[in-house]
Amino acid sequence: MKKFEKLTGLVVPLDRANVDTDAIIPKQYLKSIKRTGFGPTLFDAWRYLDPGEPGMDHGQRRLNPDFILNQPRYQGAQILLARDNFGCGSSREHAPWALDDYGFRVIVAPSYADIFYNNSFKNGLLPIVLDRDTVDRLFLECAKTPGYKLTVDLATQAVITPSGASFAFDVDAFRKHCLLNGLDDIGLTLQCVTEIKAYEARRRKEAPWLFVN
Amino acid sequence: MAAKTLYDKLWDAHIVRTNEDGTALLYIDRQLVHEVTSPQAFEGLRQAGRKLWRIDANLATADHNVPTTDRSKGIADAVSRLQVETLDQNCRDFGITEFDMADPRQGIVHVVGPEQGATLPGMTVVCGDSHTSTHGAFGALAFGIGTSEVEHALATQCLIQKKSRNMRVRVDGELGPGVTAKDVVLAIIGKIGTAGGNGCAIEFAGSAIMSLSVEGRMTVCNMAIEAGARAGMVAVDVKTIEYFRGRPYAPKAALWDQAAQAWRALHSDVDASFDVEVSLNAADIKPQVSWGTSPEMVVAVDGRVPDPAKEGDTVKRGSYEAALQYMGLAANTPIRDIRLDKIFIGSCTNSRIEDLRAAAVVVKGKKVANTIKLAMVVPGSGLVKTQAEKEGLDKVFKDAGFEWREPGCSMCLAMNADRLEPGERCASTSNRNFEGRQGAGGRTHLVSPAMAAAAAIAGHFVDVREL
Ligand code: SF4
Repeated sequence: MKKFEKLTGLVVPLDRANVDTDAIIPKQYLKSIKRTGFGPTLFDAWRYLDPGEPGMDHGQRRLNPDFILNQPRYQGAQILLARDNFGCGSSREHAPWALDDYGFRVIVAPSYADIFYNNSFKNGLLPIVLDRDTVDRLFLECAKTPGYKLTVDLATQAVITPSGASFAFDVDAFRKHCLLNGLDDIGLTLQCVTEIKAYEARRRKEAPWLFVN
Repeated sequence: MAAKTLYDKLWDAHIVRTNEDGTALLYIDRQLVHEVTSPQAFEGLRQAGRKLWRIDANLATADHNVPTTDRSKGIADAVSRLQVETLDQNCRDFGITEFDMADPRQGIVHVVGPEQGATLPGMTVVCGDSHTSTHGAFGALAFGIGTSEVEHALATQCLIQKKSRNMRVRVDGELGPGVTAKDVVLAIIGKIGTAGGNGCAIEFAGSAIMSLSVEGRMTVCNMAIEAGARAGMVAVDVKTIEYFRGRPYAPKAALWDQAAQAWRALHSDVDASFDVEVSLNAADIKPQVSWGTSPEMVVAVDGRVPDPAKEGDTVKRGSYEAALQYMGLAANTPIRDIRLDKIFIGSCTNSRIEDLRAAAVVVKGKKVANTIKLAMVVPGSGLVKTQAEKEGLDKVFKDAGFEWREPGCSMCLAMNADRLEPGERCASTSNRNFEGRQGAGGRTHLVSPAMAAAAAIAGHFVDVREL
């Protein structure tokens, strides 16, 4: 997994609550058997004026000039500022894959859907929760400051604005550790082989029907 | 010992180890696998040279991409075909049992698991699909996972999880005639919102929930995720236990007795406390229709499309306006005046035999309105389809002008050829009305099977209680 330590990046504000995973990456692209290449179709239905299908040359499609991601001042954004319940809907990991492939490393929102939140960490994408008032303030500052950048420091768990205001965020110690070091959870879990086997042996006695087929 | 909730009991029984930060390594009893969220997981295993931890804990079926029309010619769309073939190949390579497209047991993963008894009370069940919450209806801890976790569970039979908060939604009293499990869950989501259960595992309880059949409870738990909860669950009772008797993967003989005995303890202790409690009165629930692009945008059939101008919260007002714009609806339109183009009866929410029976009762002897372009019934599994045909339900639907299809996800998410065209409006028994969900520009109204059937006959929404 990609490491995440510290980043100062351009912010793009997506002022909409309940952005669902179908909006982040529409289902026609889920037919891919790969993990990469979803960036050009991130927010597909909002981003383009023509309907998208897999296999198209997305560079040739008509962009929706009104969609925030298409505005010149936000090109190259690495931080997505969002509203409540971001990533609701399906469990598709294609959503963080698409955000990552587009170039995002951080999302800042007041809340996320649980599965999306979890999936993000597994892909080196950091979902930060800040309270609603702070997020409102960031939306305002971002709107009136072209080239608005935030600094995100995972080690100290802080989001720092251009004026130097710093906001602390929470993150689970384990997830932080994995992200800082780019660790793969499967390898870590496989270090617990003895414990997993011991659990199975005990369970086989308590609930043998769970091991029949 | 402290009183425990059902969720606490299920959680505690599956802890392999507790980590310092409070997360746990949780043992997974069953993983269900389908074609969309698994290819990258198998690829990851191959790249790392990893094997499956416990092959027999997995069961696979193809559902999202499969055609619901004649399958003898295979899948026309090359990208879909490759994905389904990739699942077949991965299952062969790793030794996983798969109900492939030609298997009579194939169907939507959440219908197939319980139908086979592959999902059992007391299990932890995962699948790379958010509607895995469905399986909680049997007193199991079931939740959707992403592809990295699919790979993790395949390789280790475990997942690193953080415990959710305990939430209980009680629905007490008696449901009125024509009011179904779907209406109950839509009313719950209308009340608590799509983020109402974020961070929680919801236990659905109360006399109205326990009076539902197990299939009805599956409909309710199916949509727990639409309320933001990764897991939904219902306590085990006699109905739950009887449901599994004789199912292919269920325990037999002495093991059955031992299992059934253990399952009886799968309920919250009377004095268990919940972090969040919500209650609804069953008698207040009417048949529901969603009007917007989020399942919380729902009203009773005798209501009207809301007026965003009356909404105080600005973020909410904005999302209401956007939803009305997308849905092509004017504020204050009576729900009954909304005319439909297509009708979809199916999906893991409402495609089981009882759902088809409920719709057939409404349809019997009538004709689909001639303004409806397409009305289709897509059974949840091959076995549901066979059972329905045995009961003559296929004939009832076909005589009325419905199409009777092969099992799969179909127009629930339109990954196969079944979809809405831009601007088309559909009464659907599925679970999500997101923009573009049933096809780009398509407009979805979520309803119960009886309500969808009644709308097919009338051409617009009608109150099933008045039929
Ligand atoms: S029927 Fe719909 S919600 Fe259910 S698994 Fe299939 S696509 Fe997902």
